[in-house]
Amino acid sequence: MSLAMRDAFGKHLVEMGKKHPELIVLDADVSSSTKSALFGKEFPSRFYNVGVAEGNLAGMAAGLATCGYHPVINAFAIFLSLKSLDQIRNDMCYNKLPVIIAGAYGGLSDSFDGASHQAIEDIAIFRALPNMEVIVPSDSHQAELALEYALSVDHPVYIRLNRNAMPDIDTKESDFMAKKAIKITEGKDVTIAANGITASMAVEAQAILAKEGISAEVFSVPFVKPLDTTSIFESAKKTGALVTVEEHLLAGGFASAIAEEAFPAQLKCKVANIAINDKFGETGPYVPLLAKYGLSADNIVKTVKELLAK
Amino acid sequence: MREKLMELLSDPSRKMNAKELAYLAACFREIMFTVLHERQTGHWGGSSSAIELTTSLYFNRLNIDPKNPKWEDRDRFVLSKGHASVNLYTVLGARGYFPLEDVHHFRELGSYLQGHPAMLKIPGVDMSTGALGHGVSVALGMAEAARQSGKKYKTYVMTGEGCLDEGSTWEALLAAAKYKPEGLILMIDYNKVQLDGTEGQILDLEPLRDKLVSFGWHVNEEKYDGNNTEDILKSFEWMDSDDVWPKACIYDTIKGARVDFSEGKNTWHGAAIDDEHYEIGIKQLNADADKKEALL
Repeated sequence: MSLAMRDAFGKHLVEMGKKHPELIVLDADVSSSTKSALFGKEFPSRFYNVGVAEGNLAGMAAGLATCGYHPVINAFAIFLSLKSLDQIRNDMCYNKLPVIIAGAYGGLSDSFDGASHQAIEDIAIFRALPNMEVIVPSDSHQAELALEYALSVDHPVYIRLNRNAMPDIDTKESDFMAKKAIKITEGKDVTIAANGITASMAVEAQAILAKEGISAEVFSVPFVKPLDTTSIFESAKKTGALVTVEEHLLAGGFASAIAEEAFPAQLKCKVANIAINDKFGETGPYVPLLAKYGLSADNIVKTVKELLAK
Repeated sequence: MREKLMELLSDPSRKMNAKELAYLAACFREIMFTVLHERQTGHWGGSSSAIELTTSLYFNRLNIDPKNPKWEDRDRFVLSKGHASVNLYTVLGARGYFPLEDVHHFRELGSYLQGHPAMLKIPGVDMSTGALGHGVSVALGMAEAARQSGKKYKTYVMTGEGCLDEGSTWEALLAAAKYKPEGLILMIDYNKVQLDGTEGQILDLEPLRDKLVSFGWHVNEEKYDGNNTEDILKSFEWMDSDDVWPKACIYDTIKGARVDFSEGKNTWHGAAIDDEHYEIGIKQLNADADKKEALL
């Protein structure tokens, strides 16, 4: 367990601000939640708090980006994916502008605020946009790497951030920067491809399964777009079984992205998808809430066993 | 092409006077009306209402270099009402960003002259537009970029009523009043007619000037006729008369101007121009251009 992802991202913005004079940060009156306020304190002239106006937030960033700046827009993922979407699509993506869209409180992580604040369709929305890349970090280190990666490219990148502190994943920087599905454990019976913070659940599940004699090959997959299906499909061919896990609706998310490529690739293996199936979230403490929606090590274990028994 | 027009366009970077601008705009109307008839697609009403404005910007006002469209110090222009694309393309072509005759391929499959302005495809387009209500935010970002970089360029953004219906424009108006970037100028092509009806019927913006003033903008007190180039040049003098930012300039214009059956009519917002109407309209536009040519 390290820093909460938002704290790590906020601090790293400050570090990157020192190295990247072209970095401009904008927020929509949630900078003390997103932690972009740290950047604002360090670089007040390069920080814009535009108020609760996510459309203008994104449009302004696009204007700055046409003039050589590399803006990061910060707001809650739910509002960036819905209220800023028109500007993100038409101003940023269509024009292939270098803007980083930092979606705070991704997935169910704004757990107590309930369904109105929980972004469970953001990945589907953003990965549908041409010129956009989509990263869902699994922990604070990956969130920092995602920022560094996004600053190194000249097109829009969506980074979905979590509100809370989550267990750390061992990530090789070179693998992350190569946009790879990051292999955490070697296994032979089942492949578990886990997106975002579900990677730590998959690691926990792997340990439980190992005790029961089931060998799981676990991947932490931060890049949903582009998606490293080469690594995932090679593993799935070897193990013959693939379980995907994501903190997102099944429709249009990580599993959908895999399926879109699996059919043309003639991937033949058993498959099970753990995702939120066509329903809204609700209020509650984060980890029990995740578990209620099937996002837990126990449910991954159960799903693997059921899949292997088929 | 008219000989006199060719003569004027042989040196397009010269700062044109009001009579020359009026003549250019009249010629551009002939071209736009013809292109829209040829292509059977595009937006006549709002292109015609704004042609004196864009012509005056590009042939009298903007600090630009068509040979170097991405010049960092250039003035920016964002056509927030992107459906007036044939207007922008005609002016950009005439100004030397690309061959003017290319405008006849407007909206063709494979043409770089897309239905709405597309910055990655069309030289001289500073921002892709089409979805209404985006331009003021983008222009605010550009104007703030000038502050960040210490550059002295100005950023102009043009809206019609449609953009002012959009909530995002008012978000941007609020934010611009907070940051007050130097050189941010909103030009409103206020023709008071929308797609479905008049502005009064669809969504009344009045009292528009009071609204903008209350939002913290510096707005023209004197009324300007946006289809009159002498008035437009006066408005440019007003823009330079003080250092209060951001500025908004409301221009009274006529939708579908200079063709009697389309003036003030929402039905000619985006309707294809059929042969019968073309024959009537082009005669009126030819006569208008002849008149302006005689005044040179």
